[in-house]
Amino acid sequence: MLAIEKPLTGNMRGDGSPVDIDAYEAGGGYQALRKILHGMEPKQVTQEIKSANLRGRGGAGFSTGTKWSFVPLGPDVPNPTYLVCNADEMEPGTFKDRLLMERDPHQLIEGMIVACYAIEGDVAYIFLRNEYRLCAERISRALAEAYDRNYLGKNILGSGFNLEMRLHISAGRYMCGEESGLLNALEGKRANPRLKPPYPTTAGLFGKPTVVNNVETLCCVPHIINHGAEWFRALSHSDDGGTKLYGVSGKVKRPGLWELPMGTPVREILEDHAGGMRDGLKLRGLVPGGASTEFITDADLDLPMDFKGLAKAGSRMGTGTMIVLDDNTCPVGMTWNLMQFFARESCGWCTPCWSGLGWAERLLAAMEDGNGEQGDIEKLEQLAKWWSPGNTFCALAPGAAEPLQSALKHFRDDFERHIREGHCPHH
Amino acid sequence: MLTAEEIGEIEHEAKNYPVRSAVTIDALQIVQRHRGWVSDEAIQDLANHLGVSKADLDSVASFYNLIYRHRVGRHVIHLCDSVSCWVMGYRQVREELEKQLGIDFGGTTADSRFTFLPVVCLGCCDHAPAMLIDGDLHTDLSPGSIANTLERYL
Ligand SMILES: Cc1cc2nc3c(=O)[nH]c(=O)nc-3n(C[C@H](O)[C@H](O)[C@H](O)COP(=O)(O)O)c2cc1C
Ligand code: SF4
Ligand code: FES
Repeated sequence: MLAIEKPLTGNMRGDGSPVDIDAYEAGGGYQALRKILHGMEPKQVTQEIKSANLRGRGGAGFSTGTKWSFVPLGPDVPNPTYLVCNADEMEPGTFKDRLLMERDPHQLIEGMIVACYAIEGDVAYIFLRNEYRLCAERISRALAEAYDRNYLGKNILGSGFNLEMRLHISAGRYMCGEESGLLNALEGKRANPRLKPPYPTTAGLFGKPTVVNNVETLCCVPHIINHGAEWFRALSHSDDGGTKLYGVSGKVKRPGLWELPMGTPVREILEDHAGGMRDGLKLRGLVPGGASTEFITDADLDLPMDFKGLAKAGSRMGTGTMIVLDDNTCPVGMTWNLMQFFARESCGWCTPCWSGLGWAERLLAAMEDGNGEQGDIEKLEQLAKWWSPGNTFCALAPGAAEPLQSALKHFRDDFERHIREGHCPHH
Repeated sequence: MLTAEEIGEIEHEAKNYPVRSAVTIDALQIVQRHRGWVSDEAIQDLANHLGVSKADLDSVASFYNLIYRHRVGRHVIHLCDSVSCWVMGYRQVREELEKQLGIDFGGTTADSRFTFLPVVCLGCCDHAPAMLIDGDLHTDLSPGSIANTLERYL
């Protein structure tokens, strides 16, 4: 039953080696592909994904079936239609897609083929971050195996459906993960974002209809086709369907990654799975889903980790991989580290972002060094307001505002103390 | 001049895209794989080969963190300086690396053995702190483990 409760990871091998094509097929692999090719219309596939309440695992949580339904279908659509798998995974604190690609590359490939069938896609790219070398090796091998057995290429399994799939290795920049920046990067340009609308689903890669989905999102797809939308919804403890890869890093007893029902409470992940805080340390707070999410505290631990649940604490699930702040680590220093990341990775397109982030980073650096001044906290608050959605071209700056604003709220005493005492109490 | 081998690899990758200039980022990586870095001359040669302007190509090359526009050492160390590693002791590891190498981020040792650079989260935050050397992942770092690790890269 394990494979059913943990559809994404249940079939993975204990020794870290990848599931090869024979093992993947023995575990029911490429059955979803056969099922759709010989009995489902593209629209039915999209409908099934929509009814499954699969929401994007890249951070924003957009309904996957709804996104697919925006793609124009039929003989009059200018070819080709593209699918791009977002495998850039550069959100600090996030380490989930790497596991899926290293350990079960065919699951992702089958998910992508099914997605392409649904959107009448002709060409698919896997946009992989450069540092994930083992993923690149294993995906390349898996792609060759899939071509060999005619799961890819021309006239797939005699169905008349054609699909080419390619691996693109990035040259490294956080903005490549932002979907329109990613499309520019794939076109050989700087990864600056594009003005929306038009949305990629109508005018994306090379101006053609394009769907961008996260690795984990696409890995859910074959299982939904095999077992049905109702089964997928029932895996979850909440309205959002399926399981979720949840991770914990920081000073807990057992940092790691676990596939659990969507909507598992934060406390259960932190205490039962990660073993709670290391001896002698207390929890101060955590960012629930990567660097671009708001800090939550002790008071919020019984909230479910899902898209709606964390909104109650003014936060977001993001990527579902939490970073824990303990009482021996300085919240000001941690916030400085986060702002340093955003400042360095800003693409420089809009002034509130590149200029404001640099300023915030310098204010926090000075504060950590004991050179903070009265009024700095208010300046930081003002900067975070500048980065609210609508003021910048993409979501990088609003993402930076989330940890900053929430740190200023939850750990205000620490910020004030740095300024008042003229040094970092943790040093 | 681009070598025949470089051109062969670039043309092979170019088949993956409907528009020729889309191979730009692959081409930069191919040249760097062969030469260790991407010089001004290489930018000019590549621009000619791809039919794009030199200024455009340079602005693309300098946008990406992993394209080196300066000569690097025989081995490149990428130390993760993102948040989970920061919480787990990145600063102590960085200090030890700086001490052993005698250089800071952005530097290359006098004997050209190592270049030392920061990198964004390597996706192994449950085994932080982490770094790459020549693309090999080293995790659960501590100041005490650094000397032994460096010895493997001559
Ligand atoms: C700065 C920035 C970086 C992002 N990085 C990633 C990433 O590495 N991987 C990812 O899947 N989504 C990333 N996203 C979200 C994507 O823009 C997009 O929403 C997502 O890939 C859509 O896939 P999904 O609907 O399956 O979640 C990023 C967004 C922003 C603003
Ligand atoms: S918000 Fe920042 S990263 Fe996004 S487009 Fe503007 S400058 Fe670039
Ligand atoms: S923060 Fe260093 S590996 Fe993720």
